[in-house]
Amino acid sequence: MHTSLASKLFNALNYTILTIFALVTLLPFIYVVIISFTDPSEYLAKPLILIPEHWSLTAYKYIFSTNAFLKAMGVSGFLAVFGTVCSLIVTSALAYVLSRKRLKGKKFFLIAILLTMLFNPGMIPNYLLVDSLGLMDSVWALILPALTSAWYVFLMRNFYQEIPDELEEAAKIDGCSDVGVFIRIMLPVSVSALAAFGLFYAVAYWNTYFSGVLYINRDALRPLQVLLQMMLISATQMADPSVAAMLDSERTVPPEVIKMAAVVVSSLPIVIVYPFLQKYFVKGMMVGSVKG
Amino acid sequence: MLHNRVERLQAEAAKGAEEVRTFQADRKQEWAVAIRRDKYLYVMAAPGLLFFLIFKYFPLWGLLLAFKNYSPYLGFWDSEWVGFKYFREFFTNPDFMLLFRNTMAISLLNIVFFFPIPIIVALLLNEVRKLAFKKLVQTVIYLPHFLSWVIIVGICFLIFGQGSGVINQLIVEFGGRKIEFLTNPDLFWGMLTAQSVWKEAGWGTIIFLAALAGINSELYEAAQIDGASRWKQMLHVTLPGIRSTIIVLLILRLGQVMDVGFEQIYLMTSGPVAHLADVFDTYAYRVGIQQGRFSYATVAGLFKSVVGLILVVMANRLAKKFGEEGLY
Repeated sequence: MHTSLASKLFNALNYTILTIFALVTLLPFIYVVIISFTDPSEYLAKPLILIPEHWSLTAYKYIFSTNAFLKAMGVSGFLAVFGTVCSLIVTSALAYVLSRKRLKGKKFFLIAILLTMLFNPGMIPNYLLVDSLGLMDSVWALILPALTSAWYVFLMRNFYQEIPDELEEAAKIDGCSDVGVFIRIMLPVSVSALAAFGLFYAVAYWNTYFSGVLYINRDALRPLQVLLQMMLISATQMADPSVAAMLDSERTVPPEVIKMAAVVVSSLPIVIVYPFLQKYFVKGMMVGSVKG
Repeated sequence: MLHNRVERLQAEAAKGAEEVRTFQADRKQEWAVAIRRDKYLYVMAAPGLLFFLIFKYFPLWGLLLAFKNYSPYLGFWDSEWVGFKYFREFFTNPDFMLLFRNTMAISLLNIVFFFPIPIIVALLLNEVRKLAFKKLVQTVIYLPHFLSWVIIVGICFLIFGQGSGVINQLIVEFGGRKIEFLTNPDLFWGMLTAQSVWKEAGWGTIIFLAALAGINSELYEAAQIDGASRWKQMLHVTLPGIRSTIIVLLILRLGQVMDVGFEQIYLMTSGPVAHLADVFDTYAYRVGIQQGRFSYATVAGLFKSVVGLILVVMANRLAKKFGEEGLY
């Protein structure tokens, strides 16, 4: 194909701009990863390092030897698995029921759910609700208030609406109840949607931060993001004995290197599921938002 | 004769009442039939519906706190009614103007500097013919969206920090003077905006890429036959093709002008920049939950929610005027 000079110039510029954009996005991560694997003594001698001479796993060995970090990872990991399962069951069941044309009261339910997207009572009423339900300092305070979302219910409902009615009718003739139809027919058909929403939920649970600040006071239930905030950002990090102990490993590993290793470990699960996520999320985002 | 008419009217009234009764009975029966037929469906929907009732509708009740002097010791019912006392206090407090200014500034900076970037990047990506390159760039620029604000702000601290941040080390290495990226009030709003761009601009391209993919390819073929250059094609085919998406998203974005990233701002706040960082949500958290002034903080949250609701409804109307679907 004939390409003009202007077109070639444009292409060169275009590829350059996009490469720069991608590099700017990626470089901070690369820097953090490199420093996290740098030999601590080398960093202590001269902290301005682009490529270290000696690589080392010291920082990783160190954070995995601390109780606080492992516990916090356990809490967030539990949320990402158990919370996601709960969320998927509740969301898909509700979405499926609301996708049935014959359901009486459907319109009322749909409007009631829609209205919740428009108005948020704010932090204080939500806080007092969780308090009065007796959920403070329990793992349920991190799951129940985020159990499902109106947006995901509507997206999944769109998905179930597109499944032909004949499938349901055939199963009914074979003697399936509504629950049977849902479990044996609808769930298997919607595996790709479930995978997509499951990954979204898992990422959200893994990233649980502020509800941890609001509702959790016990160290044993502290989600990973709360611990990370104390390690990385808080100016009063040394006030918390477990965090102070983590960052002060007898001065052999500089706190910066420990922090960077902590960032890498906390991002890793997301970076690992991300390729699977990517397959689905474009489709998931598009259902209902762009009609073509 | 009059007697007859009265009797007839009475008979008609009785018939009407009967009809109402049978109608009500019919409706009751319809419901009874529906519930018997679909009982499993209602059971399956129950947990989700209960979630919305408990976690989305019950808290509305808590808004009444704004009109009470809530004390955790007395509880919700026994706390004293104070009418609009806390509303007056909130609106006459100088903090109110500060919160309003910060919210508007952060939001408007975001709209001016953040909003156009995903459009431009999507247009550039759309011109890339090498699919592998396009995919690679997309993979990279979507990634930060999935990381938590704690990680993003944490990385920002590690890189821009005063003491050991790599940027300041480089500046010193080249003979410059350290810059207080994180605590200089002049830089604070800029840092917030840059962080948002870095985390979310790539992800924001998705919706525009979808709109671009929806443009009829025959339009491009026709333009090529007419001898239009790529620039001309972009101007006369591509941009008109996504114009309505851009307009609607801009309107909806304006409708969310009260929503500024709470977690991000909360994490980025430090003493020297606190007066630039305080927004309605962070204020509600500090005054309400940390200082225990629940009723007063409820007013701050309520104000934000009500203005937000009005703006969203208006924005949606406007979007529909442009013949688009809007949010709902």
